[in-house]
Amino acid sequence: MADQAAVSHTEHVAETPPPRKRRLPLPTAALSPLALLILWEIAARLGWIEVQFFPAPTTIAETFWQMTRTSQFWSDIGISLSRMAVGFTMGAVPGLLVGLAMGLFRPARSVFQPLIAAIYPLPKIALLPLILLIFGLGEMSKYVIVAIGVFFLMAINSMAGVMNVPAIYFDVARNLKASRWKMYFTVALPGALPGIFTGLRICVGTALLLLVAAEFVGANEGIGYRVWWAWSVFWVKTMYVGFAVIALLGFALTYAVEYLERRFLPWQGR
Amino acid sequence: MKPKIAIRNVSRFFDVKGGTFQALRNVNLEVGAEQFLCIVGPSGCGKSTLLRMLGGLEMASTGDISIAHDNPARPLTAMIFQQESVFPWLTVEKNAAYGLQVTNNWRGAESAERVTYFLEKTGLLKFRDFYPYQLSGGMKQRLSVARAFVTNPEILLMDEPFAALDEQNKLLLQQELGKLWEEFRSTVVFITHSLDEAVLLGDRVMVMSSAPGHIKQAFDIPFARPRDFLELRQQDDFHHLTRQMWELLRQEVEAARAQEAGRLSQERARRNG
Ligand SMILES: Nc1ncnc2c1ncn2[C@@H]1O[C@H](COP(=O)(O)OP(=O)(O)OP(=O)(O)O)[C@@H](O)[C@H]1O
Ligand SMILES: [Mg+2]
Repeated sequence: MADQAAVSHTEHVAETPPPRKRRLPLPTAALSPLALLILWEIAARLGWIEVQFFPAPTTIAETFWQMTRTSQFWSDIGISLSRMAVGFTMGAVPGLLVGLAMGLFRPARSVFQPLIAAIYPLPKIALLPLILLIFGLGEMSKYVIVAIGVFFLMAINSMAGVMNVPAIYFDVARNLKASRWKMYFTVALPGALPGIFTGLRICVGTALLLLVAAEFVGANEGIGYRVWWAWSVFWVKTMYVGFAVIALLGFALTYAVEYLERRFLPWQGR
Repeated sequence: MKPKIAIRNVSRFFDVKGGTFQALRNVNLEVGAEQFLCIVGPSGCGKSTLLRMLGGLEMASTGDISIAHDNPARPLTAMIFQQESVFPWLTVEKNAAYGLQVTNNWRGAESAERVTYFLEKTGLLKFRDFYPYQLSGGMKQRLSVARAFVTNPEILLMDEPFAALDEQNKLLLQQELGKLWEEFRSTVVFITHSLDEAVLLGDRVMVMSSAPGHIKQAFDIPFARPRDFLELRQQDDFHHLTRQMWELLRQEVEAARAQEAGRLSQERARRNG
């Protein structure tokens, strides 16, 4: 084998496989938003647009800066993030479990799938009045609306994740007489992880949307509340700062999920 | 002596749109312990279906299959699939170790050595920390060969394991398989479309008919072991055997083509009529 081994070892070692470029490099990605901001700034300064509605970006930035030096700003962010975290966990964990169960067991699928199919198309935001009615204006109503939105997305994506695992991988395990549990943990779960992460990524946006909406109408702190309040007293720049914070949160959370995905699923080669 | 594998009157029907399709018809076959059996036959004649039955992945519609499990400490079968089957979420090394781990047969250093040994044999040792997306198609196929061998099964089921490999690797792995088998002697059922390969490796070669597949004829391969493949290829006996098989197979391939053409024109007639 020694002499033959030399021959069978001649593959080119793909030390650094060319990464699939899913994101634009940062400078390129920043170009068009930056251009828009500059245009907006010019338009505001020259009076082409109503600064009452569209204050110049530099003035918004200034307000932003001032606000970051108040404790209220940070406590708003803190409270919104903790609502998000609690609601997300309350929805994602059961959603994941139900989704995996649906993917793995036909009986679970026949119980839950019709229910989920019936409720899923309903925009969850429409449930907000009912949830406020049941849970009142306290923290629980925020948790619950976020949890509901996240639950359905997680359930559906985890189920799809399991069901999309190619049958051949189960065949390998079955041929080796792997036990049921071994099969779930060595084939179904790892195979479903990309689907689960897709679910998480989508959930971030939905959770943020539902949370902000809930804070608009039923809160007296939090980012959504701050935006709503700014509108009611016509502090337009504060409102814009709120938009920016919400956007940044969405961006950061999505990035965090993507980071975790690359970290925990290196085998996808991204 | 009791055969290792006994297949009696096995037929297999698949439900397809508008009826059933018969993939296998009355297959009768015995494989002795430590025999190397090769199966050749036209594409679509049910070879993979038969192998999947032996691997416990498919049931016979009628007839029965009995397999003797002599040593409970070894897994009964390990299968090398025709299509790509390495786990994308495991590294090369963990893929190779999978069989031992999933069957609770992992024995620490001894098992790790075994994994290393077969990764070496398949030329993958340098790539032990790679994920499958970083491997070529041929490397992935070699990895599934390693994964099966590592488990040390009583019966190795191989479905055209070398079909996707380049000539050099194919030759190396054929020789390596021959040597390993001569050394370790498990029962092997080996599907191939290469008559050369079948005669070089097998103790016995079965030629299957076109669908619905059944055993057309079995050939005993008289060549002594250990075999020198390069030398064997020069011998007249070798050519005589492959020639005989080819004649038989050609009729079947032609029959299979005619069948397919027949199915197509029927289909067309139905659609037009
Ligand atoms: N799950 C299935 N449902 C319906 N038909 C099937 C199924 N699996 C296999 N068949 C049919 O059974 C026949 C035999 O398939 P099989 O995969 O065993 O062929 P094969 O001899 O391995 O062919 P090849 O040499 O091309 O791999 C084919 O005609 C195929 O269409
Ligand atoms: Mg096949």
